[in-house]
Amino acid sequence: MITLEQVTKIYQAANGSVTAVDNVSLEIREGEIFGIIGYSGAGKSTLIRLLNGLEKPTKGRVVVAGCDMTRVKGRELRKARQEIGMIFQHFNLLWSRTVRENIAFPLEIAGVPKAERQKRVDELIELVGLAGREDAYPSQLSGGQKQRVGIARALANNPKVLLCDEATSALDPQTTDAILDLLVDINKRLGLTIVLITHEMHVIRKICDRVAVMESGRIVEQGDVLHVFRNPQQPITKRFVKQLIEPEETEEAISHLFGQYPSGLIAQLTFVGAAAGKPLISQVVRQFAVDINILQGKISQTHQGAYGVLFIHLDGAADEIARALDYIQRQQVEVEVIHDAR
Amino acid sequence: MLANLLPNVQWEKMWAATVETLYMTGMAVAATFVLGIVLGLLLFLTAKGNLWENRFVNTVIAAFVNIFRSIPFIILIILLIPFTTWLVGTMLGANAALPALIIGAAPFYARMVEIALREIDKGVIEAAQAMGASTWTIIWKVLLPESLPALVSGITVTAVSLVSYTAMAGAIGAGGLGNLAYLEGFQRNHNDVTFVATVLVLVIVFVIQLIGDVVTSKIDKR
Repeated sequence: MITLEQVTKIYQAANGSVTAVDNVSLEIREGEIFGIIGYSGAGKSTLIRLLNGLEKPTKGRVVVAGCDMTRVKGRELRKARQEIGMIFQHFNLLWSRTVRENIAFPLEIAGVPKAERQKRVDELIELVGLAGREDAYPSQLSGGQKQRVGIARALANNPKVLLCDEATSALDPQTTDAILDLLVDINKRLGLTIVLITHEMHVIRKICDRVAVMESGRIVEQGDVLHVFRNPQQPITKRFVKQLIEPEETEEAISHLFGQYPSGLIAQLTFVGAAAGKPLISQVVRQFAVDINILQGKISQTHQGAYGVLFIHLDGAADEIARALDYIQRQQVEVEVIHDAR
Repeated sequence: MLANLLPNVQWEKMWAATVETLYMTGMAVAATFVLGIVLGLLLFLTAKGNLWENRFVNTVIAAFVNIFRSIPFIILIILLIPFTTWLVGTMLGANAALPALIIGAAPFYARMVEIALREIDKGVIEAAQAMGASTWTIIWKVLLPESLPALVSGITVTAVSLVSYTAMAGAIGAGGLGNLAYLEGFQRNHNDVTFVATVLVLVIVFVIQLIGDVVTSKIDKR
């Protein structure tokens, strides 16, 4: 659906040139939700703007839905952009227009007749769950509602691709989840290809099929979300994964417990997309002669499995403990012994 | 009683002068609004990083605007005498004041338009571009509607200045309340005429400001 071939974007600044996107090649499949994660300044904003021609690459080729975005100009480019919806971190709604008029705007641009426009706007309002707020102005809406208007507006011309530029970064956690659910719903229902950029790992975890990690203009790692999370190769990827599964203070918080357990060992179990719903702990206790005490932990369930970390105290005969740890490891759970009192 | 207090005021003349002032102001405001928006849009669009980025055009318009904005109005009228007589055929009467009024006020308003346009969130323009809007569509459906409250409050301020410009133009023969106050009030030492003319100018200014404020608050949905 989207192909980037060795795309480079160099900005000329007063004090030399800046390479925002550095020789990036990418293949995004039809109907998938593709996430690009990176810290600010990594070049992901530029990258997503290359996809709808808001930025032109210095080198390379960008093909979206069969249209070479680097070649088309004028009317053709505007036509191509109508096939690509975009939503923004700060929503970018027209404050002078009501919800209804904002959603109608792209239809006006596309030259849709008035009666048809009305009908389409009604459908979209229903789709994004804004019924009852049609005649409100953006200033009267909450952040989540504004982003819903943004989404409806982006979908108005039945695009093939939806670009999300930090679409949830200005929203609180609950609203973020609601918007992400809406995006998944749209992806499933309309078969829309979604490309999103973010610096928040949980956005990737929650809805993306595949992910690319960006650092200083380059894609340093990419693949299935699960695969990348399980075997992060690059330091930056490891940092992102760590941010997701392990609150930073946890290891310190647990260290003061070491003295309280004179026997056995304390292990950290890291769940990255482990088979959900499997009663791991009780199986271990049943199969091996060990005692398990859960000290601390946080596990969250997603449609790709469980993510999180669990600190446990294991006690028993040495060989039983070793077998138990081995068993846990085979369940796609990473085990790290952080304190051995034996 | 009114006749005793204001012995020299001829109300018919006063009324005719008021109508002339309103005529000059109205025509000048309308022309300034259009010309100012065109110049302001050009200033905005040709500026660095905008849709029609063009250093040369931007510099030329900016220079034109700055020059005409800086010339004191009374001098501008005199400088424009040849142009006005060529265009209107005379230097006397309300119509003869219009070229100077418009050329004096439009650059002033153009700067206000430019500032109003710069206040628009760049993201909104980007969103319109991402939807496939042409520059023309962006001008009509994004730039002008989104800056409309500022455009209206700007033209209100400009209109108030224009009222005082008409008085200055009146002093050198353009007619209106300024002309009356100068000829009848000042030169013949009829202070009551000057007083009434001043009150009428004030009323016009207050009404303009009131209309401007009401319209601005009505269209501002921020």
